[in-house]
Amino acid sequence: MRTDQTRLRVLLAAIAALALTLAVAACGSSDDSTTSGSTEGGAAGAIQSNPDNGKVSLTIGSKNFPEQEILGEIYAQALTAAGYKVKSALNLGSETVAQKAVKTGQISGYPEYASTALTSFFGLEPEEVPADATEAWEKANEEFEKEGLEAFEPTPFASANAVGTTKETADKYELETVSDLEGVSEELSLYGSPECRQRIDCLAGLEKLYGLKFKSFTPVDIGLRYTVLEKGQADLSILFTTDPQLSAESDKFVILEDDKKVFPAGNVIFVTTQKVAEEAGPDYEKTILQVQEGLDLKVVQELDARVELEKETPKQAATAYLESAGYIGS
Amino acid sequence: MSALLPLASFGGAIEFIFTPQSSNVTGGAKVGGLEQAIELTLKQLEVTVLALALALVIALPLGLYLGHKGKGEFLAIGLANGGRAIPELAVIALVAALIGVGLVTVTPALAILGIPPILTNAFVGVRQVDRAAVDAARGMGMSEMGIIRKVELPLAIPTVMGGIRGATIAIVATATIAPLAGVVTLGDFIINASIYGDDGRLAGAILVALLALSLEGLLALLQRRLTSDGLKVKTA
Repeated sequence: MRTDQTRLRVLLAAIAALALTLAVAACGSSDDSTTSGSTEGGAAGAIQSNPDNGKVSLTIGSKNFPEQEILGEIYAQALTAAGYKVKSALNLGSETVAQKAVKTGQISGYPEYASTALTSFFGLEPEEVPADATEAWEKANEEFEKEGLEAFEPTPFASANAVGTTKETADKYELETVSDLEGVSEELSLYGSPECRQRIDCLAGLEKLYGLKFKSFTPVDIGLRYTVLEKGQADLSILFTTDPQLSAESDKFVILEDDKKVFPAGNVIFVTTQKVAEEAGPDYEKTILQVQEGLDLKVVQELDARVELEKETPKQAATAYLESAGYIGS
Repeated sequence: MSALLPLASFGGAIEFIFTPQSSNVTGGAKVGGLEQAIELTLKQLEVTVLALALALVIALPLGLYLGHKGKGEFLAIGLANGGRAIPELAVIALVAALIGVGLVTVTPALAILGIPPILTNAFVGVRQVDRAAVDAARGMGMSEMGIIRKVELPLAIPTVMGGIRGATIAIVATATIAPLAGVVTLGDFIINASIYGDDGRLAGAILVALLALSLEGLLALLQRRLTSDGLKVKTA
């Protein structure tokens, strides 16, 4: 069923490409600066409650840290709005636990990072993880299918490691991308989590794939990743792209663009079983894809900020997002 | 689903200590093996010795002096016992946030663990010395320092060494969390399961236990050497 959908998508894409070519050809205009603004407006608007869905009970899970809990809440509340009977289990310890819970039917589905799925579940090396979100998702889905699972399309935002620094340091050394560190990294100290040291999607990758050498690497507790920058102990620190500090204190901290794609794509894919997807009907996938469309990096950073910095509950943050985007009525 | 299933096998851990293993997340680089095990063990030992030395320098003279004077029981017992209740992880996090990370942070943070047992035992050990022996020494014209060094300390050695041994075990075991503050000790194997796997985690635990037992053995030997013959329990 998945392959049919993929085939259909490819066909549609081919048709669209053909139409575009024809349109451009028909216009006969100069071919420079013709940007095709593909504004898909299909998903806008409130979620419609479908009485048929009332017969279906779903349990939405998530791992037990703020970003995951917010996502779990968003999906759970959206599915409730679509008429499903929804319970949530937003406290699963790790991806191993979460995946087991999906397989055994304890939960219907949960949000997972495509990169985590590929590396942790299917043993891919991080450098084998496609940088493109859709490709990563398709690759993960191929593997999931073999186990009776299914993953929906990825979110717009990606959660990944990133090399971060203070605005001051970035200005001083004119840093925008990780490649800009060439030549200056020997003077700069890098701090990261203890596991960063040997991971290819962290220090090992920066050394091997970017060819960078740092003045020093110091492992610290992950909770100190901003403290060490603030105190001036670290010149560079490994941050996460979805960190709330990046939006709340955007005048203080910046992240460098991963121009060589060492940090794999961490877009979120909703993992469920084929059985649940079938029983729940078309509104299940439709609703999930609809509400995650607005989740770009900025929105997710703000949602994380609400919970981690302003101490709202994930539930409140999720409701605020769904209301402000007009998915549910306030 | 058995809770025992994810546990690494003992054999796997032993293999991890001697032969480098492949890891999912290191981009092909091998992890573990004898070289890394020795490197981390030495680092753990270094941190332990430094922290123990700092704790000794602070707590031993203070404990002996207070015991000699018979003063400061509240400080020696009360404060020291209170000190044992301080969660070490919090100390390391606090010190790391305040003065930074690295050996400079970890050493005093671990020394805090060693101070209570050394201080308390030194105090109690000296207090337990027979007052008649001290009075005799004083009557013979020994200076107060001489009394502490030549009479009280030798007689208190078993108790004092007990405190030092307790401090050593506490420090060497806790040095495992040092990778959270910039010092890569054996805790690296234990904290980073995503790199080393369950085998590495168990291997780290085994190495820490072995190191602790070796230190304990060494100090027990030292204690025998230091204890005056008259105090030794005669066997047979």
